Amino acid sequence: MTMNIDEEPLTPELMLAFYRRLYPFKSIFHWLNHEHTPTKLFMNREFAFTLQGDVYLRYQSFTTPDDLKKQVCAMNPTRFEIGPMYTARPRDKKLARPGAFQPVMRELVFDIDMTDYDSIRTCCSDASICQRCWAFIAVAVKILDQAVRNNFGYQHLLWVYSGRRGIHLWISDKDAMELSDDQRKALVGWMTVIQGSKEQHKKVNVRLSSRHLPPSLKEALEVLGPAFTDIILEDQDVFRPEEGWRELLHLIPKNYVETLEAKWEKGDRSSYDKWEDFKSEIKSSTRKDTIQRFTSSTAMEDIILQYTYPRIDAEVSKHRNHLLKAPFCVHPKTGRVCVPVDPRTIDDFKPEAVPTVGQLLRELDEAKDTGDAEHRSDWEKTSLKPYVEMLDKHALALMEEVRRTKRDQGGDMSW
Amino acid sequence: MLRARKRVAVEVEKHSPLRYPHRLNFYDQPPQGEITIEEFEICALDRLRILAEIESSYARNRPWDELKKYTLEQCKKYLHLDASSATLQDVDSQRRKDHIGHFVLRLAFCRSEELRRRFVKAETTLFRIRFEDDDRKEREDFLQSRQFSWTPVMKDEVEQYAEQLKAAASTYLPPKDQVDLEKEKYCKVHWTRVPDLIEKRKVFLRHGMAYVPSKEQASIVYEEFQRNLENALLVTLKHLPRLDEDTRIVPLLDNLSQGFLAGVSSEWASATTAANGDEITAEMIDELARKHFPMCMRHLHDTLKRDKHLKHFGRLQYGLFLKVLGLSIEEALAFWRRSFSGMTDDKFNKEYKYNIRHSYGLEGKRANYAAKSCQQILLSDQPGPQDSHGCPYRHFSLDNLQTALLSMYSSQGLTVKDLPEIVAQVKSGHYHVACTRVFEITHAAEGVRKGEGVGGGESVTHPNQYAARSRELEKKIKEEADGDITMS
Repeated sequence: MTMNIDEEPLTPELMLAFYRRLYPFKSIFHWLNHEHTPTKLFMNREFAFTLQGDVYLRYQSFTTPDDLKKQVCAMNPTRFEIGPMYTARPRDKKLARPGAFQPVMRELVFDIDMTDYDSIRTCCSDASICQRCWAFIAVAVKILDQAVRNNFGYQHLLWVYSGRRGIHLWISDKDAMELSDDQRKALVGWMTVIQGSKEQHKKVNVRLSSRHLPPSLKEALEVLGPAFTDIILEDQDVFRPEEGWRELLHLIPKNYVETLEAKWEKGDRSSYDKWEDFKSEIKSSTRKDTIQRFTSSTAMEDIILQYTYPRIDAEVSKHRNHLLKAPFCVHPKTGRVCVPVDPRTIDDFKPEAVPTVGQLLRELDEAKDTGDAEHRSDWEKTSLKPYVEMLDKHALALMEEVRRTKRDQGGDMSW
Repeated sequence: MLRARKRVAVEVEKHSPLRYPHRLNFYDQPPQGEITIEEFEICALDRLRILAEIESSYARNRPWDELKKYTLEQCKKYLHLDASSATLQDVDSQRRKDHIGHFVLRLAFCRSEELRRRFVKAETTLFRIRFEDDDRKEREDFLQSRQFSWTPVMKDEVEQYAEQLKAAASTYLPPKDQVDLEKEKYCKVHWTRVPDLIEKRKVFLRHGMAYVPSKEQASIVYEEFQRNLENALLVTLKHLPRLDEDTRIVPLLDNLSQGFLAGVSSEWASATTAANGDEITAEMIDELARKHFPMCMRHLHDTLKRDKHLKHFGRLQYGLFLKVLGLSIEEALAFWRRSFSGMTDDKFNKEYKYNIRHSYGLEGKRANYAAKSCQQILLSDQPGPQDSHGCPYRHFSLDNLQTALLSMYSSQGLTVKDLPEIVAQVKSGHYHVACTRVFEITHAAEGVRKGEGVGGGESVTHPNQYAARSRELEKKIKEEADGDITMS
């Protein structure tokens, strides 16, 4: 049940109609700008357009959302990306003194992509994604969301489906926007657990030999443990094929490998059974509260982490000037809109249910006949509505916070 | 509690007979009083040697302990700082030198983003090395003399997060040890103040606040040092234009900031005789080139043999190098005459002899020209399309460089496997590090290990230093071998 690629080809005409009538420029503006009147956060912000024929246009900037809309409609890009707020307007980059054009503020972003999971998912590979793969993303979202909120104390998180096989996180707290590249790097270090290349079996090195897990990962394990059983053992059945369990053997402490290998070579056992085999091996050959038992259980924890912990594309998060596709853009291959996602209902999110451009424009055509009042925005007549409202609500919270801070700072104002 | 601390600090300062009561310095105040231009330069140069050592240690990926060891060695040589307890030493003037050097380099390195970044990194590292190296008592005194913005964690909060704090502690304590929460003093700072602890997940983190145990509080100090310096450099940058009026200072600063690019010129710049005093004759050069020359000279030698000629700057670079290597004027004339085999004696005498004698200080203004250092080779007289002088690591295209490396040094143990590392250094602009690495590889048979450089961890800063060290190693091996024979 691989996701159907939208049958209609994504023509420039469709894209143009989408930008003209549906794309929520106002909401995007509020979300980036944190205020009603345009500030540097918007005006000095870099936009980068990918035009038809893969021409890449960087350092675009705009003074108002209408400005942005006008240019988008004129250029009709296949997608556009958002970068940082610079010290000067990006379109005046060449006028700035050398060295004076620097990124200043930028949402802290994360990118999780399904391709990083290719070695541990059995249902699909590469670009395709199905509901079953989504489970990996759902776990990643839960872990990351929880860590960012609890550990780092950030509150303004916007999760956005990337239109095909991944998800982006944009964090707009003022503190987070002000982080330097070095600080971002440190934060990414805190979040990164899976490291190492294809050629490396053990990709989790989060502790010095036979120490406990750091508290944050211990917390994560409470979610990851059940997820490991559901996804890896049950649904994906990763350790059933020989390739899968051979990989697992590399991670299991040496002293168990021989017995388990002999057993698993003989018969076709399910992943669940194999995991049970491993557990009972540990139980029968070590005693409680011994150092051997402890190292075995740390090995188990590390395996669970390796198979379920979010695989983050670290480079995206480390640099302020990294560009990331704007929400509500259309994925050029699938035609699906990059819509915001609620992390609390992430398990129920169905990537294949996300509206495509073609579908939205059809909905719009049908809605026209109802002759509804004209002052309503066009997106309200389509299934894009709940998603735009989600962004609006998010932006409103941001604007509310800015207003509060301003009021606290200027106590001598009219109130 | 903090207030009490501060009062103590003030008293300490009052009663201390020293102008600089601490070995460590946060460099909050610029030096006051008169400084001579010589002092200005010497303080800066000596400090620069140490910072360059730190930089090249990073570029070569040295482990922390080694970096610290080599840096402290350099510090001892150029910028020694005694503890306050060393009453016999003039600790004040040592510290004054440290103080001035730091501020001069601020002027030199505030001028571009790249320089600022490198300077801050090297300075913070130096501070950290000294901080770790300081004795406990003086470090405590220093910490109390300054107010660091951390909040102590109260007892009830420690109890509330006891479990997490214990788990965090167990990630760094020896496996069996338990942290004693009664005794451990925690303090709370925003996580951005301790990025290195965050990156390694060494602390408990909640709502953006990191709970730092006393053992790790140094991290906060380092971060504060770094942040202060970053801001201070920007302030310096703003004030810099006013310095333009002083014509003595700007060229000096230019010179200093270039020192980072090519390493600091070593004493080789002024040396004129071979370190080991052995006479070198024209016949020996072929063999010496093969065994001991750095790539730039090797390339010039090979070109000379192939073309029977070298262009002006090539002759200059190579000729002065040979002079410092120990080639006398008579041998030099013989060498060049023989090398330019395609021309008549008459032409040679007319057009080249004068030049060679001139470089030995025997003609014209009779100056004693020094051989060019790596810095000069890298930065001045950029080679044109017909030239063969310069630094191959900088002036060769990457594929030519790799081919040349293999053809020159594969007999001395350099293999294809070594190339990526060298290329990576070249790409990031660390030409002298690449050269040093080649030295290490080609002298591995003589017992040179990675990171040792041309002795004591120093990197190549002068072609003659490269050749001299190479010959020295050979001599030592020979002597040892001879010794063995007589022993048996």
